[in-house]
Amino acid sequence: MSELKGTRDGYGEALLALGSEDPRVAVVDADLFRSTRTAAFAEAFPDRFFEIGIAEQDMVSTAVGLALGGMVPFANSFAVFLAGRTFDQTRQQVALPALGVKLAGSSAGITQGPDGATHQSVLDVALMRSLPNMCVVVPSDAEEARLATRAAAQREGPVYLRLSRYETPVWRENGAAFEIGKAEVRRPGGGITIAACGVILGRALEAAELLEEQGVSAEVLNVHTVKPLDADAILASCERTGAVVTVEEASIIGGLGSAVAEVLAERASRRVPLRRIGVADAFGESGLADELLEKHGLTAQNIAAVGRELLAQKS
Amino acid sequence: MPGRHVSMRELEKRAAEVRLQIVKCMGPGKFHHFGGSLSATDLLVALYHRQLRLRPCEPDWPDRDRFVLSKGHAVPALYVCLARCGFFPEEELATLKTLGSNLQGHPDMRKTCGLEANTGSLGMGLSVANGMALAGRATGRGYRVYVLLGDGECQEGQVWEAAMTAAHYKLDTLTALVDRNELQAMGRTEERLSIEPLAEKWRAFGWETFEIDGHDMGQICGALDAAGEVTGRPAAIIARTVKGKGVPFMEGRPGFHNVMVTEEQFGEAVAALEARIASFGG
Repeated sequence: MSELKGTRDGYGEALLALGSEDPRVAVVDADLFRSTRTAAFAEAFPDRFFEIGIAEQDMVSTAVGLALGGMVPFANSFAVFLAGRTFDQTRQQVALPALGVKLAGSSAGITQGPDGATHQSVLDVALMRSLPNMCVVVPSDAEEARLATRAAAQREGPVYLRLSRYETPVWRENGAAFEIGKAEVRRPGGGITIAACGVILGRALEAAELLEEQGVSAEVLNVHTVKPLDADAILASCERTGAVVTVEEASIIGGLGSAVAEVLAERASRRVPLRRIGVADAFGESGLADELLEKHGLTAQNIAAVGRELLAQKS
Repeated sequence: MPGRHVSMRELEKRAAEVRLQIVKCMGPGKFHHFGGSLSATDLLVALYHRQLRLRPCEPDWPDRDRFVLSKGHAVPALYVCLARCGFFPEEELATLKTLGSNLQGHPDMRKTCGLEANTGSLGMGLSVANGMALAGRATGRGYRVYVLLGDGECQEGQVWEAAMTAAHYKLDTLTALVDRNELQAMGRTEERLSIEPLAEKWRAFGWETFEIDGHDMGQICGALDAAGEVTGRPAAIIARTVKGKGVPFMEGRPGFHNVMVTEEQFGEAVAALEARIASFGG
């Protein structure tokens, strides 16, 4: 098994490399530079690293000014603060003028763990997805986060990167092509689609193996970009398999599950039954990441069970 | 066109003309932010007709000075200044806030040539100005950054976050102006939520702070010049102004923040402003 890493680690590595390659890349942080993995950038490029203190709103608006001054700023905080506390700054000053400010929401989701509901962002994907012009990327492992960060720097306009401290093996093949907005078939199959994003993707793949043992061929889609959604790829897979389970480590209201449901409801040429697994209209709470994942049904066993149930109801 | 050689009397005359244009493009029978646009007019005229180094024919000139209107609701005054500088035709002023217009109710940099940032939701402009000043330092460009805040806006916490940031980073290319007209949407600032002692607050936050009469061109230009000489810290100019300045029935009175004036009031306002312009002679 490969070394365990959080997606935030891949982000930090990419940021450091970008710093050398592009003098326009700048970083603002709000007293979390070790947690957000921007410390290496801060040390290497002190003239382009700006500590804004515990003032996330000022941080995002300062990043706006940096972008207007010709730089490519990455703004960093815990996802719960970046998406929530600075929503108005992001709405008015980043999304509305479609500025190239990159928002890196770190320690996202219930896998934040022991700090509890106040620090666990379950709504960030829904909030960011609701903003016109915003691009929302949820990398599934450190390598994908590295690639997504590079892609975000190159992309014109705003990007929200959802990053996690939850450590997983790196499933992604080193150097495999990554494109924002393009869903990936991680495992082909014909009996059911499992559409997942973020660090939970590994469990979706394990669920597909469990289903395989039980005679169900599951296709696993890595929908790393929740917006703009690769609706064509999702439709193609779901119409072919005839059933879909969405899996996300975030609120199912407004997140990936909602996005897939919207596409199917409006565009599917046949009825495709859907189940959404994720945080179901709830706040987080203190606990270990794995305990919380289990509580919210985000285990390979439960994903497989929900898939089987769905197929049983369908037939 | 901007230029340091312009006389104070000429600036005063232009301010009178700008006020008339503001009132005319707002017109009767529609809700507009009259009070705060008129209180800020002299400051904007000093900036756009004297202080800022701009190239209206090359609006993206990387070395241009930046101006951020943090009190975005006063944007009609800024639109008039931008049009008079040549960023867009003055005829467009008549489309203010109508469907399809480039002149939105609050600043939209993607729609209006010459605007530097989106503002409207209050409290954010100083942070943006900080970012611009930091970018200017990081990229080695010598531009200056100016930002205009409302006095009521200073109730927003983010203003003071940004005030700390500017002082921490010793942003001496930055000048913040506060339009201290003493009124906010629902009444007098000191009655709604006191912001005094305002100048002492800015000083305590590490800013070189000037207090001036915001309708005296000599004092405005003097303070802008002095702010440009400050080193090692940002400069704040607290400009004491009169909300609704130039229109007698609005001056200093609560209730003219965002209002609709009648035909009769409109006529009275235009007459007062025309008389002011006439006082400068041909």
